[in-house]
Amino acid sequence: MDVYLPIANLSVNGLIIVGLGAITGLLSGIFGVGGGFLTTPLMIFYGIPPTVAAASAASQVTGASVSGVFAHSRRSGVDYQMGSVMVAGGILGTGIGALLFNLLEKLGQIDTVISILYVVLLGSIGGLMAKESIQAIRAERSGVPIAARKRRHHPMVASLPMRWRFYRSGLYISPLAPLLLGMGTGILTMLMGIGGGFILVPAMLYILGMSANVVVGTSLWQILFTTMATTMMHALTTHAIDIVLASLLLFGSVTGAQIGAMFSQKANPVKLRLLLAAIVLLVAARMALGLGYRPDEIYTMAPL
Amino acid sequence: MRRWLAPLLALLALPLLTGARDPILVPEVSQHEVDLQQGFTGTELLLFGAILTPEGSRAAQDYDIVVVLKGPTQSIVLREKQKVAGIWINAASTEFRSAPSYYAIASTRPIADIVDDKTAAIYELGLKWLQLSPIGAINPAEQVRFSEGLVDLNRHNGLYREEEGGVKVSEQVLYQARIGLPSRVPTGTYTAETFAISKGRVVASASSQVEVRKLGVELAIAHFSQDYGFAYGLLAVFVSVGMGWLAGRLFALV
Repeated sequence: MDVYLPIANLSVNGLIIVGLGAITGLLSGIFGVGGGFLTTPLMIFYGIPPTVAAASAASQVTGASVSGVFAHSRRSGVDYQMGSVMVAGGILGTGIGALLFNLLEKLGQIDTVISILYVVLLGSIGGLMAKESIQAIRAERSGVPIAARKRRHHPMVASLPMRWRFYRSGLYISPLAPLLLGMGTGILTMLMGIGGGFILVPAMLYILGMSANVVVGTSLWQILFTTMATTMMHALTTHAIDIVLASLLLFGSVTGAQIGAMFSQKANPVKLRLLLAAIVLLVAARMALGLGYRPDEIYTMAPL
Repeated sequence: MRRWLAPLLALLALPLLTGARDPILVPEVSQHEVDLQQGFTGTELLLFGAILTPEGSRAAQDYDIVVVLKGPTQSIVLREKQKVAGIWINAASTEFRSAPSYYAIASTRPIADIVDDKTAAIYELGLKWLQLSPIGAINPAEQVRFSEGLVDLNRHNGLYREEEGGVKVSEQVLYQARIGLPSRVPTGTYTAETFAISKGRVVASASSQVEVRKLGVELAIAHFSQDYGFAYGLLAVFVSVGMGWLAGRLFALV
């Protein structure tokens, strides 16, 4: 099924794009992450221009997180107050990200920066997740449970001025901490086309010290609105969203997300985390190879 | 006689004077419009025509035919990756003011056998002779390296093509060449030029135009995204939220 993409200016096999969306949708349903970290690089490998790929991936993450937000809000798993502070930060972040995107594009370094960000972020987060899940599996086998980590926010968070009470998260901390966190992921969303769930969740747990039952829902809430803001930002600045491409991706991913969610209720969560860690590390390794090996094309052109 | 009349008369007389020896070239293109829309996966243009001697007899045996299809030129910046501290990053760049967005050439024989370098350069016959107008003073060796890089990149993407022997002549009067356009072909007005060359000299040439354009929904989407960014963004958000919500509802029924 050949589909002509009017913004990317090339024709692709529509089934491959739908399939790609379905794979990332499955991941997002199973693991509760947006899956953008996989979509953008895969689309670039397939030959879609990087800017169009990053811009269109954001809307796919929006679609994949919608049903998650509904599900979590029904179970009161969203701290709206915390979420809204983070969304405000996220919107600020997309603005900063747009400026950075523009600047880096002018310097001709946007591709390199995106690749390095991928390697560093995915490499470190994937490594952490792998370590943690291996420990958990060992503990399960030996029957000796790991001592539960004492839930506490990072000392740096405590030193920030002005404190608010976040009841659902069980926190009395400065709103600047979630604001900055939201801003950071907003920048990443704009640059990399990722939702940032795999960074947000551990950060909310270990840096903010939020109570675990609202972490996933609140992160989805933040991702939902931040990716919407990113889509708007791309529509206004880069004009690179290909709505045909985004619709194909969405079709695959929203379906995949539902199937993934059914599947995740049956599977062992610890093993799932290890699998996710492996996938994340694999993408990071592929990106690192791409940086280190001589590329097929050492020239690139851009309109002046 | 007024001063300006003399050259004008000479100009008018020129075809009469030289016409005695020049062949007649009747070129045609299989389609003058290429529509980029759903289902477009690239296409092939047929550039064909007839070549006759002034007396009207078959002439192809005496002439070499070269056809060139050229897209609109654009100003671009070309970046070159180099290995810096273990990773490949864009380390050098140059700008070209008139890089053709598309260029294809086909000829009856290798260009080097048909014309000398000077003629090839004048008529831009061949990827080697593209007039790219680099901006800024860079040394000739570097300029050549970048020009070759640009040609290489576009060849890789199927946007620059060179087919020696791509022009077929039948019955010594009809010539034809097939030129492929990939799906990523840029829009704009293309010129198709045909040259008849004899003994290293271009003796006749003719050109026509081909319009590559988006149509219908594709054109509408391209305009919408460029001119109404805010509404386009809202539409994208609406589509993504709507599809996510719809999928949730549908699967809840299952």
